[in-house]
Amino acid sequence: MKAGSNLEKVLSSGHFAATGELGPPKSAEGAVIRHKAGLLKGYVDAVNITDNQTAIVRMSSISVGTMLLGLGVEPTIQMTCRDRNRLAIQSDLLGAAALGIQNLLCLTGDHQHFGNHPTARGVYDLDSINLLSMVKTMRDEKKFACGEEMDVEPRFFIGAAENPFADPFDYRPYRLAKKIAAGADFVQTQLIYNVPKFKEFMKRVVDLSLHEKAYILAGVGPIKSIGMARYMQKSVPGMDVPEETVNRLKGVPKEQVRQEGIKQCADIIRECREIPGVAGVHVMAIEWEEAVSQILELAGLLPRPTI
Amino acid sequence: MIKAKQKPIAEIQGLIAPYEKILILGCGTCVTISFAGGEKEVGLLASSLRIASSMAGLVKSFAEATVQRQCEWEFIDAVADQVQRADAVISLACGIGVQALAERYPDKVILPGVNTTFLGMAVEHGVLVERCRACGDCVLGLTAGICPVARCAKNLLNGPCGGSQNGKCEVDPETDCAWQLIYERLGRLGQLDNLTPIQPYKDWSKDYDGGPRKIVREDLRI
Repeated sequence: MKAGSNLEKVLSSGHFAATGELGPPKSAEGAVIRHKAGLLKGYVDAVNITDNQTAIVRMSSISVGTMLLGLGVEPTIQMTCRDRNRLAIQSDLLGAAALGIQNLLCLTGDHQHFGNHPTARGVYDLDSINLLSMVKTMRDEKKFACGEEMDVEPRFFIGAAENPFADPFDYRPYRLAKKIAAGADFVQTQLIYNVPKFKEFMKRVVDLSLHEKAYILAGVGPIKSIGMARYMQKSVPGMDVPEETVNRLKGVPKEQVRQEGIKQCADIIRECREIPGVAGVHVMAIEWEEAVSQILELAGLLPRPTI
Repeated sequence: MIKAKQKPIAEIQGLIAPYEKILILGCGTCVTISFAGGEKEVGLLASSLRIASSMAGLVKSFAEATVQRQCEWEFIDAVADQVQRADAVISLACGIGVQALAERYPDKVILPGVNTTFLGMAVEHGVLVERCRACGDCVLGLTAGICPVARCAKNLLNGPCGGSQNGKCEVDPETDCAWQLIYERLGRLGQLDNLTPIQPYKDWSKDYDGGPRKIVREDLRI
């Protein structure tokens, strides 16, 4: 065991994992965290807490993660390279580990240009691959980035993200290999709607035996409305939403679109589960957390294993 | 070369508001090439300011001069008389020229007329692009001659982020993803293996983070 988290136990015992996601509020309001945690508790193996997602200031990931621990929900904190240099990241991770957080997702981060402080200085002292290798070195060699040693190391089950749909497509499996070599124990992908393209990606991943070195969780998420589908299609960098996905939602009466989105998401999970090398799913239903239990029920992934 | 862009006229008017006798001083090197601060731009700016001042009923005089390089003492010494006669100097050189004048003429007000923008080149007439960040630790040998520090919005050293689509940068769909270009060119050169090793944490102390940088060549000192 790297960290001994619930997520690590579920994956290492061969279960098909299901993780969720919780977006912290743009305020100091704690009640909303308790509410959202209640919607996810018991339905997923761990919950990602985003780190100033899309470069918009929100409650910090580590503090929300700590609140989740108190509520009996296992957090996976996300850490980006956009807002912190190597000093701040290491310091925050020491604190997160001391608070009991065991899962960590290492990201470069969305560019500050997209967020609500577009004139801020982006840090990018490290990139996500540097970050993965730094966290692994802290855990496995008890050393800081500078090489100095520490007494008690932070022990994280280390995650990375990969976007199978970004360019250059042919390079993506190799980039994933690099992330795994750097330290990733598990991987969560960008939202998948184009399943055939994801299959092609996974075939290459399996050819490189990457699925034997890290657990790969397919990223999925329900679409709430035709407008949201169009927005993701046109305005979210690196997203691939095929026209068929939108057409399925257009084919039902307006008041049934949300329910169809939930069904569609469950169908994508079922398809992903059949793809060799996929070890679980990561369900991203930001601001629609109540959909997660329905999706997982329809996908046949409930109840979750207790280990 | 150093690329610059002229400041908005209103900002320049604000800067010169307290002064009557103004010298507009151009530079004959980088800013001339980037059409921001050469002899021609000095003339245009002087005309604009003269018209604007007379329309506003202000009594101001604008002298014009251009030196070959504002970043070398011998060239800025040559305009000492004109500088001394002015209340303030608008330098249309890059920030280096502005500071050289300020250092050479300690009692004179020296004002910037351009925003120094980047190190780059004109890829076509009228289109200037950034090519170098002067990071102090060049990686172009690994990246097929395309700089990820200057040309990737997140200065990534280990390959593309997840936001590149259709070969374009997530920050600006008009800008090529530097890593797409690197990937394609490494492929053409048969050097895709360059992408495999994990690049270590960058030493940013060689960039601005180490404080103002200085090169001392003992072999050249007199």
